[in-house]
Amino acid sequence: MKNMKPVWRGLLWLLIGGVVGYALGLGLDALVGGNPDFVAPLGGLFALLGAAVSFFSGLVGYRGITRGLVFQVIGTLVGGFLITGIRALMGLPTFGGFFFSEPAWVFGSLVGALSFLAGVGALTDWFKWAKGEETSDHHSDPEGFVKYFGVSLDHKVIGIQYTITSLVVLGVGGLFAMIFRTELASSQLQFLTTTFKAFDQNGLQFYNTLMSLHGMLMIVSILLGIAGMMNYLVPLLIGADDMAFPRLNAFSFWIAVPAAVLLLSALFLGGFDTGWTGYPPLSTRSPVGIQMFFLGVFIAGWSSILGALNLLVTVVRMRAKGMTAFRMPIFVWAAIATSIISLTATQLIGLSFQMVMFQRLFGLGFFDAARGGNPVLFQHLFWFYSHPAVYVFILPGLGIISELLPPFVRKPLFGYKWIAMSSLGIALVGFLVWAHHMFTSGMNEYLRVPFMYSTLLVAVPTGVKFFSWVGTLWKGKITTPTPMLFVLGGIVVFLLGGLTGPPNATVSTDLHLHDTYWVVGHFHDTMFGGYIFPFFAALYYWFPKATGRRMNEKLGKLHFWLMTPSFFVLTLGMMRIGLLGMRRRIADYDPQLGFDGTHLILTIAGYLIFISVLIFLYNLFNSMKNGEKAEGNLWKSRSPEWLVPSPMPAHNYDQPFEVVGEPYDYGLAGSKYVQFAASKEKDESVAGKTKKAKS
Amino acid sequence: MKHFIIVAILVAILTVLTIFGLNEIGLMPEQASMQALPIDWMWDMQVNAMSFLFALIIVPIVYSLVVFRRKKGDTSEGEHIEGNTPLEITWTILPLFAVLSFAYLGAFTLGESRLVDPQAMEVNVTAQQFAFTFEYPEFRIISEELYLPVDKQVHLNMTSKDVIHSFWVPEFRVKQDIVPGRVTEYRINPSEEGFFKVRCAELCGASHSYMLANIKVVSKDEFDAWIGERLAEAAIAAQTPESRGEALVVQNGCTACHSIDGSPGIAPTWFALYGEQVELADGTTLTADDEYYKESILDPQAKIAAGFETVLMPQFQFTDEEIADIIAYLKTLR
Repeated sequence: MKNMKPVWRGLLWLLIGGVVGYALGLGLDALVGGNPDFVAPLGGLFALLGAAVSFFSGLVGYRGITRGLVFQVIGTLVGGFLITGIRALMGLPTFGGFFFSEPAWVFGSLVGALSFLAGVGALTDWFKWAKGEETSDHHSDPEGFVKYFGVSLDHKVIGIQYTITSLVVLGVGGLFAMIFRTELASSQLQFLTTTFKAFDQNGLQFYNTLMSLHGMLMIVSILLGIAGMMNYLVPLLIGADDMAFPRLNAFSFWIAVPAAVLLLSALFLGGFDTGWTGYPPLSTRSPVGIQMFFLGVFIAGWSSILGALNLLVTVVRMRAKGMTAFRMPIFVWAAIATSIISLTATQLIGLSFQMVMFQRLFGLGFFDAARGGNPVLFQHLFWFYSHPAVYVFILPGLGIISELLPPFVRKPLFGYKWIAMSSLGIALVGFLVWAHHMFTSGMNEYLRVPFMYSTLLVAVPTGVKFFSWVGTLWKGKITTPTPMLFVLGGIVVFLLGGLTGPPNATVSTDLHLHDTYWVVGHFHDTMFGGYIFPFFAALYYWFPKATGRRMNEKLGKLHFWLMTPSFFVLTLGMMRIGLLGMRRRIADYDPQLGFDGTHLILTIAGYLIFISVLIFLYNLFNSMKNGEKAEGNLWKSRSPEWLVPSPMPAHNYDQPFEVVGEPYDYGLAGSKYVQFAASKEKDESVAGKTKKAKS
Repeated sequence: MKHFIIVAILVAILTVLTIFGLNEIGLMPEQASMQALPIDWMWDMQVNAMSFLFALIIVPIVYSLVVFRRKKGDTSEGEHIEGNTPLEITWTILPLFAVLSFAYLGAFTLGESRLVDPQAMEVNVTAQQFAFTFEYPEFRIISEELYLPVDKQVHLNMTSKDVIHSFWVPEFRVKQDIVPGRVTEYRINPSEEGFFKVRCAELCGASHSYMLANIKVVSKDEFDAWIGERLAEAAIAAQTPESRGEALVVQNGCTACHSIDGSPGIAPTWFALYGEQVELADGTTLTADDEYYKESILDPQAKIAAGFETVLMPQFQFTDEEIADIIAYLKTLR
């Protein structure tokens, strides 16, 4: 077994660990419940944990993430039994339908998540400092792929960790969508019926759980993906060695892993039926899974907040000489605007979820009318974050679009300053619009009007971006390799998303559109256009910088041409049936509505998108080993990271650079953006010779 | 210059084609309320604007991809255009005005959809997992179907017994959430006679997909006749415990989950249940008797039938008399 390739060893162990975990879970369940239940919650949960721990154990041995997961399991048990013991002493029921009682699961999971951090090694240096010990500033990472599975302080490693994790979470969320899209392909229930049973949920409940987790897993995937892009790219773009706080950076990544485990565990602990929005009173009476959902999101929020803090300090304090505000790459402006939101708004979703958790755990009545509470208050608190959150999701991607257009059109970014300001404008106005999600909620009816005005106002800075992108393309010298295809696709898809927003922003039309597939089409357009397409563009573009090889162009184009038309069909189809009466979040629909044909097409489109992503994933992993070598300035970019060899050297820039010109002066002969220290002298003497020649 | 002219013409053509095409497809359901008129008018304005803006961005992009594509062998760079401040100001100010205008029209059409008729007929709507019940206080009738006279405003006062639900008829356009602990209101003037369905439009639990009620919009005469029939029915139903019980279970949404003919559903069927052995979720068994029926109504979580552990029956408050009537009715189901 030692001679097996690590991946295969990992997969073999995954199988063994999954089966052993499943058997263990079934055994425990049978011990407590009597009859063997092949879809028992504990069976599923233990199978997941067994598989995960075994996979990483086979892949990298007992270190890093493996150790983290083991600590998480132990921590959960310790915390759970502690609460159970206290409850026993208090004379309260000790065990429940899912083995532990709900409070034991909540506390145990919290302890488990923190234990994960200790186990993976994200707290080690801080513990050392607490003891008065010194640590080195730069830990050297082990050779090869092993470094990606443990704590590294290198922002490039962390950026890749974020990116790969986001792709894994994307895959799971996409898988869930494939399951429920298969059910939705025709009216009436085919397999998620009332007699279906999995993890204590019937088909309809399981549908709601899959649908709800699809939403939150995709959101977490986006947060991880934008963190990946910002952490990998920003230090490179501003000429820094690393982020301002490397250990905090590692912490921010690693905290997201146990958070994702908690979200997935919701599937096995009875699921939950509220959608990702978790509205009480429904969430007050959901099964235990909702607590895993709430806690998972709460903990994932720490990643966002701390990552944003790190980014802002890095940009303020660590820019290269000569990099004034308006000589920063445009993606850095996007990252700044994004981080301002993440830093300040994320707390509100944590708060609103925590309040429902306390309703359930301690009987408090914040949102319970019977106890003097107000259900609509939750919605205000929730959407106060969750609307700005969507701008967090798209501002980095829109920044990628702005960043990648100039090298592919060989022309400056049109109106750079206005684009930079538009990101800040969107971030600011984005804080003032939240109640447009609540127009039908029973909120004060006159209050809806100012929120309509503020929401429509966001169109102005967004329009500036679109017009500027058109201005950038105009009169350029355009080529369309794969990254550029995804940039263009992103623009068109985000245009659809942006244009379908105003009918939702307008109260009168929103009364018809709210909670229908029109909205589902609208937000899939904005999410794909503002994140997914630009994210793929960034991956194809910077893959050579990270690995020294390029991804296969043919497969890249196949990915694009399979995904894009399918995606148009998907979202336009969704919007069509939404207008005609297709509600959101329903497992089944009336055949008399005549939507069967369209739903079948939507499911097929979904499968094609899923397949295109599989093609991408194959291309990504295969190209790491077998991709065509690409060690130079593949895209003839002016940006500093392309002026050093690929893969990027470990400490980024051995020679610091100074900014001596504008970032996007393509087409201006003889202009430079950055000047590296060693070549400065050489250039000055060359310039002197040229001057003489002219006169 | 010629580029701009060509683009302008193409934008105009694409705008017109898009508007025409979308209108031909017929995007909205039929209009069956007075309120649908200002809402659809606003929607049409938005379709026009969306079509124009779509063309305005797509045409120059596609045009550029064709006309400004790098030709084989050409290694030169693009034109060094950094920006154009007057253009930036224009495309900030003009959209700002457009946006403010649309917001104003939005507020105006909202007002149009909220016109109050002081003579509106009052109906109280109660929503629960997973049914709607309609009470006509003026006539003292409770119904599981919403009958409405055409061309007359009805004012719905809506509340929920449990979680947030929402009242929506696509043909009426207007939607309003139903919130526990408060009364939300919904005013509609149905303008077409016909048969419609109201479907819950806020995720309310496992059977949210199936939460609906029938709406029948009829002429004034037919409506009066229906009221008369219901009053007569109620009078007859009031005479025996069994018929009173039947009316109660229909009006309180019980039959939305419990079938009376043996067909399986999200709750145990009542058919041939009385006197039989019931297996509970905790493994014990009991005989379905009056005590069991009474407890199941007042404290549904006390004894949960096997296989139904995951669906929560709401709690109901009935008088002892009402419970006796319900039990009398349930006993007839064999």
